[in-house]
Amino acid sequence: MRRNQVAVVGAAESTELGVIPNMSQLQLHADAALNAIADAGLKLSDIDGFATAVETPQQVCHYLGIKPTWVDGTSVGGCSFMLHVRHAAAAIEAGLCKTVLITHAESGKSMIGKAPRSIPADSLQGQFEAPFGVYGPPSMFPIPVLRFMKTYGVTHEQLASVAVVQREWAAKNPRAMMKDPITVADVLNSRMIAYPFRLLQCCLVTDGGGALILTSADRAKDFPRKPVYIKGTGESVETPMVSQMETFNSSRAFKVAGPLAFKEAGIAHRDVDHLMIYDAFAHLPLFGLGDLGFMPYEETGKFIADGNTRPGGKLPLNTNGGGLSYMHSGMYGMYALQESVRQMRGIAPAQVQNAKISVCHGVGGMFAASGTIVFTNER
Amino acid sequence: MAEPQRARPKPTPETQHFWDGTKAGELRLQRCDACAHVYFPPRPFCPSCASRKVSVFKASGKGFLYSYVINHRPAAPGFTPPYAIAVVELAEGPRMMSNIIDCPQTPEALELDMKLEVAFEKLDDKITLPVFRPAKG
Repeated sequence: MRRNQVAVVGAAESTELGVIPNMSQLQLHADAALNAIADAGLKLSDIDGFATAVETPQQVCHYLGIKPTWVDGTSVGGCSFMLHVRHAAAAIEAGLCKTVLITHAESGKSMIGKAPRSIPADSLQGQFEAPFGVYGPPSMFPIPVLRFMKTYGVTHEQLASVAVVQREWAAKNPRAMMKDPITVADVLNSRMIAYPFRLLQCCLVTDGGGALILTSADRAKDFPRKPVYIKGTGESVETPMVSQMETFNSSRAFKVAGPLAFKEAGIAHRDVDHLMIYDAFAHLPLFGLGDLGFMPYEETGKFIADGNTRPGGKLPLNTNGGGLSYMHSGMYGMYALQESVRQMRGIAPAQVQNAKISVCHGVGGMFAASGTIVFTNER
Repeated sequence: MAEPQRARPKPTPETQHFWDGTKAGELRLQRCDACAHVYFPPRPFCPSCASRKVSVFKASGKGFLYSYVINHRPAAPGFTPPYAIAVVELAEGPRMMSNIIDCPQTPEALELDMKLEVAFEKLDDKITLPVFRPAKG
C-alpha cells in the first residue's frame, strides 16, 4: 500500500468508559460512532464504508442507519480494529468507498446485550485445551511467560515493572480507571491469578467503545481536525490455540505484522516517537519490543524496568495507561488506536512533545492474530 | 445440584482416532508418509506439505515440561485451584496442552524442562484424557 494516502479524520471513544450498566453493547457502538461523526463534522449519510468486529456489520449499520457500499466484519480478537484500518485504507485507495467508519464496543464488565464467550466441545480448542482447565484469558494468555522468562533471563520484578510504569502514565490521564501509584512490591504482593501473573499484571475488565473515521488524504485537509495519516500497515494470524504456537519465545503473528508495517512505512526504529503495544497482560510489551525488532528479547525486561518507557523516557510506551490501567473492555485494540491518534493530533492527556510517528501494535485472541499501524501527522 | 463438570471433549471424524487411542491407553500422533512430518492436533492431511497420505502411530508418551501457569482464579468447572495448566513438548516434536499429576502444583515442584511421561485419566465411557506425570528414573 502507498504511504500517507489515507487519513484518520474522526476519532472518539464512548462518552463514558468504565462501568456503564445503563447501555447495551450495541448502543455503546452507536455512542462511540456518533461521537466520531461529530468529531469529523460529518453526517451519518456521509459514511459509505463500515467495519466492526464481534457484532456484525449488518447489525451496527442497521442500528445506525448507514447504507454502506463496502463492509468488513473481520473479527480476530482485540486487534481486529488494526486490521480494519489496514483494510479500509486499501478499500479507499481502490475506490470502493470514500469515508469509512470503524466501530468497537464491548459491555465487558456489565455484560448488557453481550453474548458470553464459549468454546464448542467439538472445536479443536474444546477437545485439546478446554478439558485441561483453561477458563478465560488469564488462564491462557500467560502460558508462554515462564518459557520466555527462562529463555531470556527475564525476572518477575521486570515483569512487575510493566504495570508500575503504565500506572505512571495513567496517573496523567483523567479518563484512566486506575490512577494511584504502585510499586514493584505492590504488584508482586497482589492477589495471585495465574502464576506467574498476579492481579496487577492482568488487564482491567470494563465497558466502553470507540470509533474511527478514515478518508483519502486529499479530502482529509478539508476536515476540522488535524489529519493523521496511515503510513504503514501489517497483519497476520497464527493459531487460536496458545498451546500450538510455533514457539513461546516470540509471537509469529507479531513477527509478520510488525516488520511489514515498518517496511511499508519506510521507517527505522529510531524514527518512532510514540509506541502502543496492546497490553492485555504484562508480558505483551516484552514480546512486542522483541518481535517488532526494537531490541534483543534479552533486553526487553530490563529496558522497561530501567524506566525507558515511562514519562520522560526515550521510548514512550502505552501512554494512556494501557489495558492494565486505562481500560480494557475485552477488545482493547481500538483504545490503543485512539491514543495513537490523540498523540498525533497533539491532544493526548500525557502528550509526547513533537511526536511525529506513532506505532500502534495489536494482538488478538491470545496470540492468535496481530495488526500493526504506523501513523504520522506529516504527509 | 450436580457438581459442575470438567469440560468434555466431543470428537469429530478427524479426531476420533486420537480419542479411541487414549481410551485404549495409547497416545496417538500422525506422521506424513510423504515428508515424515509429525503433527498435532489431528487432521487427515499434512500441515507441512499438504499430502493426504498420512499415518496414525503410537507415540512414546515421553516429553518435557515446556511451560505452564498455575491457575488460581477463576477456576474452570470441575477443577480445584490452584492447578497447573501445562504445555508438554513430546519426544516426537509436537506440543500439547495437559495437566501434571503426581506432582505438587507449585513453582518449586514444576520445573521447566522436567521429563514427563503420559498417563490416562478416564472421564467417562467415551472420553479418556491424556495427562502427564514426572518420568521415573
